[in-house]
Amino acid sequence: MIVQLMYLVAALCFILALKGLSSPKYARYGNFIGAFGMLVAVVTAYVHGVVHNGLWILVAVALGVVVGIPAARSVKMTAIPQMVALFNGVGGAAAALVALAEFFAVPDSSVMFRLATVLTVLIGSVSFSGSVVTFLKLQELMTTRPVLLPAGQQLAIAAGASSVVLCALTIVSPTGFLLWLLAAVGLALGVLFVLPVGGADVPIAISLLNAFTGLAVAASGYVLANTLLIVAGTLVGASGTILTRLMAQAMGRSLANILFGAFKAAPVAALGEEQRTVKSGTVEDVAILLGYANNVVVVPGYGLAVAQAQHAVRELVSQLEKRGVSVSYGIHPVAGRMPGHMNVLLAEADVPYEQLKELDDVNPGITSVDVAVVVGANDVVNPGARDEPSSPIYGMPIFDVDRAKSVVFMKRSMRPGFAGVDNELLYNPKTTLLFGDAKDSLTKLLAAVKAL
Amino acid sequence: MIDLLTIFVLAVFVGFEVVSKVSTILHTPLMSGANAIHGVILVGAILITGSAESTLEMVLGLLAVFLATVNVVGGFVVTDRMLEMFKK
Repeated sequence: MIVQLMYLVAALCFILALKGLSSPKYARYGNFIGAFGMLVAVVTAYVHGVVHNGLWILVAVALGVVVGIPAARSVKMTAIPQMVALFNGVGGAAAALVALAEFFAVPDSSVMFRLATVLTVLIGSVSFSGSVVTFLKLQELMTTRPVLLPAGQQLAIAAGASSVVLCALTIVSPTGFLLWLLAAVGLALGVLFVLPVGGADVPIAISLLNAFTGLAVAASGYVLANTLLIVAGTLVGASGTILTRLMAQAMGRSLANILFGAFKAAPVAALGEEQRTVKSGTVEDVAILLGYANNVVVVPGYGLAVAQAQHAVRELVSQLEKRGVSVSYGIHPVAGRMPGHMNVLLAEADVPYEQLKELDDVNPGITSVDVAVVVGANDVVNPGARDEPSSPIYGMPIFDVDRAKSVVFMKRSMRPGFAGVDNELLYNPKTTLLFGDAKDSLTKLLAAVKAL
Repeated sequence: MIDLLTIFVLAVFVGFEVVSKVSTILHTPLMSGANAIHGVILVGAILITGSAESTLEMVLGLLAVFLATVNVVGGFVVTDRMLEMFKK
């Protein structure tokens, strides 16, 4: 009775934690409440449910704390996505292990129990190995390009089919061997599932794996007949599902296309065939353009974070504001390596969140914008996504910066962006290109604007 | 059994309701916060290890306790670091 009550308190805390995230102001308190709920739940479980191994459990928890806290403290904000992937993976693995252990503890089980067990083991294993591959991709320990195994699709289908068969067999005749085999197939399935996902689509894979782990935890709640696990796992499953859907919308592609239609290599745009002219400007030209504008929108991309230029861009914007220029940031939902990543990177550089605008805030007023500054972004401002049905990124919502009065495009080189698609915006007569490292250019720009 | 299913279905609705109101700015903290919450599997891991009868169960359980703890503390700490930056 009291135990159930404590679990209820914890579940409420988790819901409040998520609710807190509806406003940046109170979100941090929400997170504290969530952590408090977790403490209540864990202490309750320990005090009430532990008959043996109490000391060992404490040792394992202590080890987890020793590993988890320094990792979470030291991770750079640019590396958050791989950290989240890793934490997600270990959660999935833990769920699968719990279901395995419970399976061996309960010799005489019902069909529902077995169903929940196989689901937990399968989804947990997929989530674990999938998250590890995602981590390796994001950490660039392996290629970020889609990896297409020979007959990869057939292999994935075979693994999927055999996992279904193994689930059915385990339910009919539950043996440890079958369950271990299922876990192994699940691990293979996770790898096969993430390998063909290209770097730009990784945010989707992370969201989906997050939902998977949530579901695995919810299913383990059935195995243990524990309501808290069901509620908490389901909440996570819902959040992962919603984010996955939002990301797919932001890319203008269906989920199936992203996961299974590994990015077709874009026809390399007429390199060398004709040298099209671009207009490249000096730092001074751009400084004058910006310094005497009324209304400026900055569109940052992951390239900005790679160049560690978040602070430089914020300083430039403050300087412009001192001159009476009104500036906002246009943040595309897929800017960065996970949903909302760019917001975090700019917040780290002390950019006030009121200045962070979405597509729907920026595009309607874009024609009255004097200068749109594109830094380290490319595909999210490519008009081809809007106008050219043949473009591989056609259908992706973009910032219509080509409709602003002028565009400054800061670029390292003429290389195309992540999706390997040529960008018509570069050849637009309204566009001034500023070549060079983003941080370097921004610092020079700041000095030039100050000198105006 | 039906009780558990009822809870599941209600939780689905609560989840969608709450999460769809989350500010777009905070989608990364949402994901890492949700990540920390699924670390609640730690409760399951503790219960299973605490009643383990065989060595196999105990080893599996302890491994789960360790992994789930990394998940929980790491998730909450990372989320807190991010949200701290948004408070200003």
